[in-house]
Amino acid sequence: MRQFSLLSRTAGAAFMTPAGVLIGAFVIAPFFWVIYVSFTNRTLLGRTALNPEFVGLGNYFSLFDAASFFTRGEFGFSLILTVQFVLFSALAGQAVLGMLLAWMLQSVPKSLKRLTEMVVIAAWILPEVVIAFAWFAFLDYDDGTLNMIMDALGLPRGDWLLSFPFWVIVVFNTWRGTAFSMMLFNSAFSSIPPSYFQAADVAGATSWQKFRDIGLPLIRGHVVTDLILITMWTFNVFTPFLLTAGGPSFRTEILSIYTYRVAFRDFEFGKGAAVGVIIMLINLVFALFYLWVTRRRAARVAA
Amino acid sequence: MTRYLSLYFTRIGFSVATAVLGAVFALPLIWFVFAPFNPRAELGLAVPDPFSLANFETVFQNAFALRGLWNSLIQSVGGVVLVGAGATLASYALSRSPIRGKNVVTYILLLFSSVVSGSAAMVPIFLIVNGMGLIDTHIAVILVFAGGLLPTAMFILRDFIDGIPKSYEESAMVAGASPVQAFFDVALPVIRPGVVVVVVWAFVNIWGSFLIPFILLRSSEKMPASVAIYSFYSEAGTPIVTLLAAYSLLYSLPVIVLYLFVSWKFGFRFFGGIKA
Repeated sequence: MRQFSLLSRTAGAAFMTPAGVLIGAFVIAPFFWVIYVSFTNRTLLGRTALNPEFVGLGNYFSLFDAASFFTRGEFGFSLILTVQFVLFSALAGQAVLGMLLAWMLQSVPKSLKRLTEMVVIAAWILPEVVIAFAWFAFLDYDDGTLNMIMDALGLPRGDWLLSFPFWVIVVFNTWRGTAFSMMLFNSAFSSIPPSYFQAADVAGATSWQKFRDIGLPLIRGHVVTDLILITMWTFNVFTPFLLTAGGPSFRTEILSIYTYRVAFRDFEFGKGAAVGVIIMLINLVFALFYLWVTRRRAARVAA
Repeated sequence: MTRYLSLYFTRIGFSVATAVLGAVFALPLIWFVFAPFNPRAELGLAVPDPFSLANFETVFQNAFALRGLWNSLIQSVGGVVLVGAGATLASYALSRSPIRGKNVVTYILLLFSSVVSGSAAMVPIFLIVNGMGLIDTHIAVILVFAGGLLPTAMFILRDFIDGIPKSYEESAMVAGASPVQAFFDVALPVIRPGVVVVVVWAFVNIWGSFLIPFILLRSSEKMPASVAIYSFYSEAGTPIVTLLAAYSLLYSLPVIVLYLFVSWKFGFRFFGGIKA
């Protein structure tokens, strides 16, 4: 018997066409186009805007030029800065803080839980421009809330965006993104049967012991998911641009901002595309790892 | 006895620590809560005396600011229509048609969309839009977002449609409906909650976005509110704080309202899973 299906092959193809065209033009075409452009000296203006020349691996050689690799404002500096940014703000910041909050929220009064979640989530859902402007006011040297607090505590004022720009964007991104980890761990913890914890309570376990021996091992899968996702997002985030524009003197120029500057301020599209290709390669590694982890988990559940 | 006592103290300790952390998290936003209602607002924290809506009046008299909100609306609604319609049709086809390799297609699209991020693809996206002659048009922003958000939207919706029994449409077709009728009259009403989720998600994403309109638009008449706010505070000179604070709040309002709507309607978990 022929298998009955609701939608014929033709109708199915027709249904997929609009989405297919859009994805093809603005996701798949850019993927290949960026690789092509990265082998040319295409610029925004001038002769090479219309007739870019093929320069082979020239753009990549200039990115990885050993003489200037670690110089501020060059690719290597930006890459290392981005790695540090991810380590500090995503892994040490968002994941740890999110875990801490999620664990504590399991055993605090409901109203306090609601209120804390509301604040942490507000930091996450408000549009990035609004958040950046709020921080701009918060960090202002003369009037900002932070220096007001420093005054009240008898501590010296700081010109935060000038003196500690990198740590500002680390704290900023931690603050901005903790909500995701908190919510993910929160729902993971609440899926653990309460009887596990009650049994531990009867045995006299401390909260740390319960966390180490019950909570953490049981949500290990969620932790892996969380770490991969926040690493990918932080690696690609452009929001710090709104606070520092990459400055002062390139000290907060993470890769996304570096790409923007090279392509749209210096108008070197070829070189910007080469950075884009490297970002995509790194994204690809994380995405494949993520797929591998989720598929392995699905296979284990099915088995 | 000591056991209960120690549990009790843990609870109190955690409550205090949570309250402190929550307060620290709130600090950067406190200013933003008061400033829109303070006609003399500066960058310093001050409780408005008296509370006033004068700043909002200023916004409504500022043509550039209003234009920005209007542009955000055009771009978000345009993008959402394409994402909603495109994803509904495509994910229905992925779920119900006998096309081979459907799962592989879904996964490959998802892989592409997570690899081709805004920061990696800003150069080719600009060049493609430029090649189409669409630089500085609303339609450019709409198309780019539609393409970028569709894979995730399709993934979410397909999951949703897979969960709906085929017997609904099958019985309609036994009663003589054509496949297209079965889709529009039977399946679509059942799928609607899933479409709502996808549409809200896409709207919030486009409404709050900065990078794509920032690189694709040139003229100030087309800038969405996000780019307008950025140019208000990043350009040289002292920003007009009163106007900006009220404007930022107005601009944030749809996101806040939609968030409350979603968490009321679908519970807390939705935003957790699928923010791009």
